[in-house]
Amino acid sequence: MKLDEFFVTGDPLIYGADVSIALTMIGAIFVLTYFKKWKWLWTEWLTTVDHKKLGVMYIIAAVLMLFRGGVDALLMRAQLTVPDSSFLDANHYNEIFTTHGTIMIIFMAMPFLIGLINVVVPLQIGARDVAYPFLNAVSFWTFFMGAMLFNISFVIGGSPSAGWTSYVPLAGLELSPGVGQNYYLLGLQIAGIGTLLTGINFLVTILKMRVPSMKLMQMPMFTWSSLITMVIIIFAFPVLTVALALMTFDRLFGSHFFTMMDGGMPMLWANLFWIWGHPEVYIVILPAFGMFSEIISTFARKTLFGYKAMVYSMVVIAGLSFLVWVHHFFTMGAGGAVNSFFSITTMLIAVPTGVKIFNWLFTLYKGRIRFTTAMLWSLAFIPNFVIGGVTGVMLAMAAADYQYHNTYFLVAHFHYVLISGTVYACFAGLYFWYPKMFNHRLNERLGKWSFWIFVAGFNLCFFPMYFLGLAGMPRRIYTYGIGDGWMSLNVLATFGGVLMGIGFLILVYNIYYSFRYSPRETTGDPWDARTLEWSTPAPVPHYNFAHLPEAKGHDAFWIMKEEKKQGKAPEKKPYKPIHMPSYSGVPIIMSVFFFTAGFGMVFSWHWMSILGLVGVLATMVIRSFDYDKGFYVSVEEIEETEKKTTL
Amino acid sequence: MESVEYSPNTPLEYQSETGRLNILGFWIFLGAEIALFSTLFATYLVLVGRTAGGPGPEELFEISGVLIETFLLLTSSFTCGLAIHYMRNHSLKGVFLWIGVTLALGLGFLGFEIYEFVHYIHEGAALTTSAYWSGFFVLVGTHGAHVTMGIAWISLILIQLKQRGLTPDTTRKVFISSLYWHFLDVVWIFIFTAVYLYGMVM
Repeated sequence: MKLDEFFVTGDPLIYGADVSIALTMIGAIFVLTYFKKWKWLWTEWLTTVDHKKLGVMYIIAAVLMLFRGGVDALLMRAQLTVPDSSFLDANHYNEIFTTHGTIMIIFMAMPFLIGLINVVVPLQIGARDVAYPFLNAVSFWTFFMGAMLFNISFVIGGSPSAGWTSYVPLAGLELSPGVGQNYYLLGLQIAGIGTLLTGINFLVTILKMRVPSMKLMQMPMFTWSSLITMVIIIFAFPVLTVALALMTFDRLFGSHFFTMMDGGMPMLWANLFWIWGHPEVYIVILPAFGMFSEIISTFARKTLFGYKAMVYSMVVIAGLSFLVWVHHFFTMGAGGAVNSFFSITTMLIAVPTGVKIFNWLFTLYKGRIRFTTAMLWSLAFIPNFVIGGVTGVMLAMAAADYQYHNTYFLVAHFHYVLISGTVYACFAGLYFWYPKMFNHRLNERLGKWSFWIFVAGFNLCFFPMYFLGLAGMPRRIYTYGIGDGWMSLNVLATFGGVLMGIGFLILVYNIYYSFRYSPRETTGDPWDARTLEWSTPAPVPHYNFAHLPEAKGHDAFWIMKEEKKQGKAPEKKPYKPIHMPSYSGVPIIMSVFFFTAGFGMVFSWHWMSILGLVGVLATMVIRSFDYDKGFYVSVEEIEETEKKTTL
Repeated sequence: MESVEYSPNTPLEYQSETGRLNILGFWIFLGAEIALFSTLFATYLVLVGRTAGGPGPEELFEISGVLIETFLLLTSSFTCGLAIHYMRNHSLKGVFLWIGVTLALGLGFLGFEIYEFVHYIHEGAALTTSAYWSGFFVLVGTHGAHVTMGIAWISLILIQLKQRGLTPDTTRKVFISSLYWHFLDVVWIFIFTAVYLYGMVM
């Protein structure tokens, strides 16, 4: 292979990216060396098994991916603003919408949510860590390396260009002969390992690591939503694993699962992909629902309305999520009976979702509402998500879908549910739990600027797309003619997109600004909140709880505070040594080998794939022979730490 | 923290927090494995008959080899159960003996399976021949790869047993690997039925 085939050449945008990647790497190496931070980086972060630190790393990675996916989005908007634009060529445009979709779902939405789950859920259930801290680190690093593998495609070898759904035969070897599609397959496969492990890890954590006094039906709603999400992950992700493996076999080893000849069945891919893909959209929405429940209840200063209905509706949504996948391809000719079945199951999902919407509204009813930034995101979610949901029911009608499908109507629909559901939740959760992670709040004034600009931009960007869709504009086209009459709405959408970008930049600036100027936390409970994570002091000690808290009902921390007000101070018990897991470098090294194997397979360099796989197996053997049992935090250290913290 | 008193009837592998958590986690992992194999079975079954004019299963499958494979694997599941029985009786020797037999039977199974695969490829039915054979080799091959991993993994656990004897940690590993082994047996019963018996009467 020649060097100019290895590196992507010929596009000034890509050269610009090359330069900025090189500068960023040199800059990072320089800063780490100059401030002598390498050892700190390795011992405190890269080898950590602490769920709070892993959660923070997930969120940092997700914000970086949000930036990358957002740049993709703005490039697309730039191209579509005016008719017959030649800013991007057709192939480059295809690559950009493919990476935009894949990155936003797999490498932004999921890790952002999993990051918040990592930080919050163990604290909410009164646990000192997750069930398998080592596996938790493996989860993070396989996700991270999978994301890196996917992301380097645009400078090395070329990006995938068959859409995030990668329908065959377009994604097959004949029509996508480059290595781009291989990046998609291997990147997602490696990251998927981490997601499955997270699913098992947090399911067991929530079931078995709760403080003994917390009953299932007293768990905070975010924990409940995480529990249900983990169940979906456990049964959905193996399907993706198989689908990706089969396409990898087709492309690298000449099998015929999805090929057009020798008996292959392209429709099989569409089915397998969406049997995973539809549950996947609930994997990214249920934790969001959980967060909104916590935030709305906290800032309405009321217990969540309809707790049990909230739980059961999530269980119903999870069950239905496996029974609707065909609605993604009503037009592919499955026949009237099949389409009707999936049409009905799809519309049924609106029922439990509607129950949840009403429960949030009733939680707000007669609440003493505080309009913090986290609360504003949660309040904006309700009307925007309803718009997305109602247009979803329109799309669910199979007969009508023949009119809407593959147009901007669909694009508008899924951005309305994914952005106002998942992205608003990520921002709301970030503002809400930021003081737990970093010991200071994000600035509220900047937060509100960012909120209003982003939400205005979002609605300006995507609401016109419904009408573009009804006017017949197909999705995934790289340009259109002046006579199509789609220009004015496209200009409006681009303007909205730019506003969203500005809103995001203000959020990033807020992170810097608050780091410099926000007062440090003194109480550990900045919002006068209700659940156990707020009972931990500021900063949260690495063992989380010196004494395991007691949960006496819903809103366990609220009850504690009420009892304290009545003068029932908890008796002071002596500290006992706390058992904690040891840090380990094995997860990151294992994941580097996964990356090596994946990179080798992308280019069919078999020596490199074998080397990588041998490395993976070797790290597994090392782990198997490792009988490290962790360590005990001494009573003296606990006393010392607890004195430094407040409360 | 681990100062809890355990009843003498509590098996060693359940006598630690890690043991109980890991065993539960592994059961859940097996749930994910069921989803994985279900997807492979579904794929195989929709590709049945798509031989693209090439050889079909009814021409190539032979009952004798498959029966021997089935016999070896099913017996190995029984001997694996015996190993756990001896582990519960604190007999390290019994564990070594029966896990040794289990691994030998597993290797025998693998040997016959590899022979079978090579035979099919010689007869002109390979991964690349048609969709049907792609489905066959990936489904049965994934099971075979699991058996291979299992043999390697259990061998490593045997070394640790030799080094450390029967402790809550080592018994946990033996017990979890036995769950895995039984699971592969269950999957094989479905392969035997859905692939071989169905293939021969097609």
